[in-house]
Amino acid sequence: MELTTVWFTLIAVLWIGYFCLEGFDFGVGMLLPWLARDDRERRIMINTIGPVWDGNEVWVLTAGGATFAAFPEWYATLFSGFYLPLLLILVALIVRGLAFEYRHQRPEAAWHSWWDRAIIVGSYVPAFLWGVAFANIVRGVPIDADKEFTGTIFTLLNPFGLLGGVVTLLLFLTHGAMFLALKTDGDIRHRARTVAVRSGLAAAVAAVVFLIWAQTLTGNAGSAVLFVLAALALVGGIATAYVAREGWAFIGTFACIALAVAGLFVGLFPDVMPSTTDALYSLTTSNASATDYTLKVMTIVAAIFLPIVLGYQAWSYWIFRKRISMHHIADAELETAT
Amino acid sequence: MDILDIARWQFGITTVYHFLFVPLTIGLTALVAVMETLWLRTRKPEWLRLTKFFGKLMLINFAIGVVTGIVQEFQFGMNWSDYSRFVGDVFGAPLAIEALLAFFLESTFLGLWIFGWDKLPRALHAGCMWIVHFGTLASSWFILAANSWMQHPVGHTYNPETGRAELTDFAAVMFNKVQLVTFPHVIFAAYMTAAAFILGVSAWLYLRAGKRERIKIEDRPMYRMGIRLGAWVVLVAGIGVAVSGDFQGKIMTEVQPMKMAAAEALYDTEESCAPFSIFTIGTPDGKEEKFSITVPCLLSFLGTGSFDGEVHGINDLREEYRETYGQDPGAAYYDPSGEYTPIIPVTYWTFRYMIGFGVVAAFFAGLILFLTRKGRVPTSKWFGRMAIATPILMLLGNSAGWIFTEMGRQPWVVFGMMNVGRGVSPGVSTTEAWISIITLTGLYGVLAIIEVGLLLRVIKKGPDDFEEPPNPALRGSDDDEDRPLAFAY
Ligand code: HDD
Ligand code: HEM
Ligand code: HEM
Repeated sequence: MELTTVWFTLIAVLWIGYFCLEGFDFGVGMLLPWLARDDRERRIMINTIGPVWDGNEVWVLTAGGATFAAFPEWYATLFSGFYLPLLLILVALIVRGLAFEYRHQRPEAAWHSWWDRAIIVGSYVPAFLWGVAFANIVRGVPIDADKEFTGTIFTLLNPFGLLGGVVTLLLFLTHGAMFLALKTDGDIRHRARTVAVRSGLAAAVAAVVFLIWAQTLTGNAGSAVLFVLAALALVGGIATAYVAREGWAFIGTFACIALAVAGLFVGLFPDVMPSTTDALYSLTTSNASATDYTLKVMTIVAAIFLPIVLGYQAWSYWIFRKRISMHHIADAELETAT
Repeated sequence: MDILDIARWQFGITTVYHFLFVPLTIGLTALVAVMETLWLRTRKPEWLRLTKFFGKLMLINFAIGVVTGIVQEFQFGMNWSDYSRFVGDVFGAPLAIEALLAFFLESTFLGLWIFGWDKLPRALHAGCMWIVHFGTLASSWFILAANSWMQHPVGHTYNPETGRAELTDFAAVMFNKVQLVTFPHVIFAAYMTAAAFILGVSAWLYLRAGKRERIKIEDRPMYRMGIRLGAWVVLVAGIGVAVSGDFQGKIMTEVQPMKMAAAEALYDTEESCAPFSIFTIGTPDGKEEKFSITVPCLLSFLGTGSFDGEVHGINDLREEYRETYGQDPGAAYYDPSGEYTPIIPVTYWTFRYMIGFGVVAAFFAGLILFLTRKGRVPTSKWFGRMAIATPILMLLGNSAGWIFTEMGRQPWVVFGMMNVGRGVSPGVSTTEAWISIITLTGLYGVLAIIEVGLLLRVIKKGPDDFEEPPNPALRGSDDDEDRPLAFAY
């Protein structure tokens, strides 16, 4: 296999890792206003992702860095072209990340509710915009002979792009609910499961429409298979959630996201960013890539360190495997009051 | 302002802002790991209390370091897309490797440290903080290698066909001679900064002990431990900073002579025994000098290692640069104006601020060690003022150093290869750039206020009382289902 193909695959893997992992912590953040009845429940929800959200976010940093290194032209065109959505994502990730660390630093209710808002907005915005961005990459955007994006923000807000946003938002919401059902106990666990089933059904409808549409735009046999499997995984997830098999249910949404993203990448290949101006101007794995030498160096590094990273991330999930429930949360008010 | 000005301001603002938090993170992870290890070794409860206290401060600071770092990663592509196309082959690799090797390590093991007090055996728990520190070092290594390549591009060839720099020797980029002196310099400066922070905070609490409810007079010995640990590390790391800085000066004179001349506002070549100007009143652009203090021959020594070495002046160098770089090294990346001089007042003063602030901080730390020697109780008002000034001086010194390094490289973004004006994104409109600089700068301003407020709040409360943390290694199994978590948000 050519190294450019290897790196196309690795970048797909990094994005899959990102969406499968940060997807559920976006979901938990989005569910904060809907699922928790009081501050203690909100703290339970936040604690389920406390030890892992930052590690999840590093997947996108690695995907960005790997794109810069392996396909500099893709990185340059994508990041300068999708300027405003990326800026919004940045702002969202900034306030959200700080909220997790700062919310518990003061006991006042007003302080908590401000940071809650930051978590909520900071989860909805990227959950939606990543979908818009990906849908547009698949659909293609106006790119000229100099590999420059020539559209505007409104170019990106086309129906397919917006539908992509809705799909990721609903999928992440469902994924987050499945995660909460798996990681909490008591009343909130049951509510999370109910929400997971309902939002799962909505997500399934939106996702099926979107994937069929994507298949007609860039699909091939491989992507069709992956899309069908993704849909089946989602249905399986919803069904197992319904019968309270939370572990399987979470695996279901996890697999659905992974397979759907994989399908989009398979459909895209060998383009990395098709041009709607002229197919000749499309960025491809060969005209956007770094040199073979760089790719070789990067391949060696990735082959050694990616397994190590996976190993210790898995270990950390194992350490924090226990469910969290009401009695695990000490009285914060008493603890932090001066 | 055009897009280039906005992009440059934005880069300066976001990076300097990021780097306000970075040195504290690098240094505090190390010192917190040291404190926790000392607790395990000596079982003195003070060390555990200090570990938790400074750990908490470190986390507040770390959070901003993380979220501003994300901006760093994105902004090359957003504002500097032509730069990214040009250098991606060489420059992207360290960035990607940094994320893979360092950021995963830092974030995962920090999560384990924060939430793992009741889940990990004690030695492993302390080990997690050491791993986090190791992660910050790895992160610094790769990012500084990327930056050093911009200062002194090595290990690549220019491919006129694609118009891009192409990597030919990865090891050369990783062990660039500029990198080898920059890394120790930055890391020592980070240890100094964090130690100064511990010094300042401990001294503040020491002076308040007994005057506030939670800050008890019997805790003075503990604060004293913090003061002395901080002061010693400031001094020792200060030596490291000075030694590595001296090496940097020599390498800089060799690879970017214009930067050294600009640091000194030295217009005409001094054939031997060039004086080092400490302070100038008048116009630092050299046109008119009213009053100045100089140390004879010191500049020659700094730049060449010998008191009678020759140091080139700006005017000569400009001619030299015109000859060398007049021929375009990379078709599209050449600046025809032939202006190769950075903004002299900026380089002149930031160089002095960096050194000056660091020297004053080290001097304060030495004085504080002297004042607290052999159990002495310092009472002078100046003791408190000095202790609080030390970390602030360090932060300013770090920023000055970077502004000097980066502005002194101008007009190049990649020295000798790419002019800064060529690196900016052609497709981004000024409106977009304005939106982004205003949003991020405004947000940063608000976050700075929140962060400082939180730090002060935690500091004013002082360390918590000693409480033996649960030790999972002593228990049979994890069936303690009903206990509250040792740490929860
Ligand atoms: C000398 C060291 C140093 C320098 C020059 C920089 N950084 Fe940094 N950076 C760190 C040292 C560091 C750190 C201490 O390692 C941080 C602080 C918090 C953390 O997680 O790592 C960090 C955080 C951090 C993060 C967030 C990591 C996370 O989420 O865990 C990113 C993406 C970057 N940085 C990227 C950059 C880029 C692209 C820079 C260049 C312009 C840069 N940093 C300059
Ligand atoms: C963390 C410490 C750093 C600080 C404080 C810093 C500071 C600055 C400042 C103040 C500028 C503006 C210079 C000007 O406009 O004249 C600048 C420019 C720049 N720096 Fe750095 N820098 C740092 C590290 C880095 C690193 C590690 C890289 C590369 C990985 C880098 C890449 C750049 C680039 C691309 C510019 C372009 C803008 C320009 O030159 O104007 N910087 N930096
Ligand atoms: C004896 C004192 C010092 C000397 C001779 C010295 C020398 C230098 C030199 C020559 C550079 C530029 C390197 C380049 O352009 O490639 C530099 C950069 C820098 N200095 Fe210093 N320095 C000293 C003290 C300090 C202190 C006390 C601090 C911290 C407060 C500090 C922080 C920095 C930083 C952050 C940079 C930018 C990063 C880098 O390229 O290393 N320096 N220093």
